[in-house]
Amino acid sequence: MSTPSNTVPGSPLESHVIAPAVIPATRRMYWSVRRELWENRSLYLAPLAVAALILVASLIGTIHLPGKLHDPSLDPAQQQELIEQPYTFAALLLMFTTFVVGVFYCVDALQGERRDRSILFWKSLPVSDLMTVLSKASIPFVVLPLVTFAVTVVTQGIMLLLGSARLLGSGQSATLWTHVSLFQMSVMLLYHLVAVHALWWAPLWGWLLLVSAWARRAAFLWVTLPLLAIGILEKIAFNTSHFAAMLEYRFLGGPEGVASSGNGISMASLTPANPGHFLTSPGLWIGLAFAAACLAAAVRLRHYREPI
Amino acid sequence: MACIEARGLRKAFGTTIALDGIDLRVEEGRILGLIGPNGAGKTTALNAILGLTPYRGELQVLGRDPWTERDQLMRDVCFIADVAVLPRWIRVSQALDYVAGVHPRFDRAKAESFLAKTAIRRASKVRELSKGMVAQLHLALVMAIDAKLLVLDEPTLGLDILYRKQFYDSLLNDYFDRSRTIVVTTHQVEEIQHVLTDVMFINRGRIVFDRSMEEVESRYLEVMVHPEQVAAARALKPMHERQGLGRSILLFDAVDRQQLAALGDVRTPSIADLFVAVLSNQSGAAQGGAR
Repeated sequence: MSTPSNTVPGSPLESHVIAPAVIPATRRMYWSVRRELWENRSLYLAPLAVAALILVASLIGTIHLPGKLHDPSLDPAQQQELIEQPYTFAALLLMFTTFVVGVFYCVDALQGERRDRSILFWKSLPVSDLMTVLSKASIPFVVLPLVTFAVTVVTQGIMLLLGSARLLGSGQSATLWTHVSLFQMSVMLLYHLVAVHALWWAPLWGWLLLVSAWARRAAFLWVTLPLLAIGILEKIAFNTSHFAAMLEYRFLGGPEGVASSGNGISMASLTPANPGHFLTSPGLWIGLAFAAACLAAAVRLRHYREPI
Repeated sequence: MACIEARGLRKAFGTTIALDGIDLRVEEGRILGLIGPNGAGKTTALNAILGLTPYRGELQVLGRDPWTERDQLMRDVCFIADVAVLPRWIRVSQALDYVAGVHPRFDRAKAESFLAKTAIRRASKVRELSKGMVAQLHLALVMAIDAKLLVLDEPTLGLDILYRKQFYDSLLNDYFDRSRTIVVTTHQVEEIQHVLTDVMFINRGRIVFDRSMEEVESRYLEVMVHPEQVAAARALKPMHERQGLGRSILLFDAVDRQQLAALGDVRTPSIADLFVAVLSNQSGAAQGGAR
């Protein structure tokens, strides 16, 4: 679509006389990320398919909506929670989908190109190993959070429209808008995606990409086995389970400042309440340092690796 | 400045020595055929030149160290390493978009005009193309890149003879000029013989023969010796002797043409025959040394 402007049209034989300018790194990065999206269409198709299912389900769910709004046994706070719940569930389901897609993507990202030997083609182009690894890392760190955000906000918006249409159809005014604050939910969602999916889980993405660059086969086994082995060896050697506790803290406990909520799940209960506290917590920075080390190792491995 | 310059290039995989101290110099504007049996070290040598594998010794390609500067080097170097390395999921249009997006010397219009001569459709995925078409696509991409050095490692492996001939014809007619350098390895030596300006034989990680084609044509002669002259011909110390059509065929290095013409029919040997002669002398010498 965009031919380099520095080539001379119509005179291919003379074009090599003119030394063309270097393509800026941002442009090479842009095309490298687009390349990933061409190859892995599930990165956006999977969340879109799940969003379609959510909309079908929520269309059915609107049948009970007028009843929920006028249940006298509920106080306003409970009512609010009850009405917001489907929106939260939609966001959770979409986040779960892109998380799974992200895991599968990362495990294959640097192994697949060696398996199908296409690495020889990619390496014949002036794109460094660093840029290749960064473009692949940008998928879980940047692209997937953005895709999740966009799909979730649009899905929730349509859910709200469906609900409002149902209320209007049953002769009630669209009071749903006062119960569901789409804007507030979106801001919270974006904050959650950046803080937890991109930053807090950074070591996971780094580790997956490192294993993908290293393993010749059975990458999923290599992702889990070393972690299991460390846990078991620690138990045998010291009869402690700090490593297991650390993993649990990272992936089940959630980041610093997350209040383990009593009843009901909301986006707020899954996200660090105090951003300042979160950003200065050593846990976050240790995780980011580990992720950076993994990516650096992956760059180096890609330099050495040959087709499998 | 030489296009490729290597001194004492070494590479071992465990205990197997793939490159055993190679010295090599390829000047600009040459078409070099690198010929050797399987496992001789051809691909390893090319991989070192392309920055795909680490090595010991000195190596400069276009004045750069390929191992540490691969991405910069690839602005001026192109390669088709093996067949079928184009990703199978990519569409033809996407391949064009991507290379245009990352390569400063890619002329998209040129690639499009090559593709227009083929049956390849823009919307096809690589996996939907035949093997020959994939090779055509790869060649179209590579020829549209204004590179100083083109490296081809078995570029026509597994293609039928029509595609192979077409491949080398377009390479020569549409691509090659005196400012470019091409290094090619292939098993179908006889098909590229007329294309080459230089030929190099590699065996067991060593370069055992390195001549320009003019030298080959002026120095080496093959004689189909008349039966009664065989003893006289053998006295002239042929490099190699083989039987063909019931006659002895003897290959000579730097023996006067007039003198040979008296012994039988004289002709320039094919690269393939020369290769067999050089390599069998090699293994003979090796066995002699062992005894």
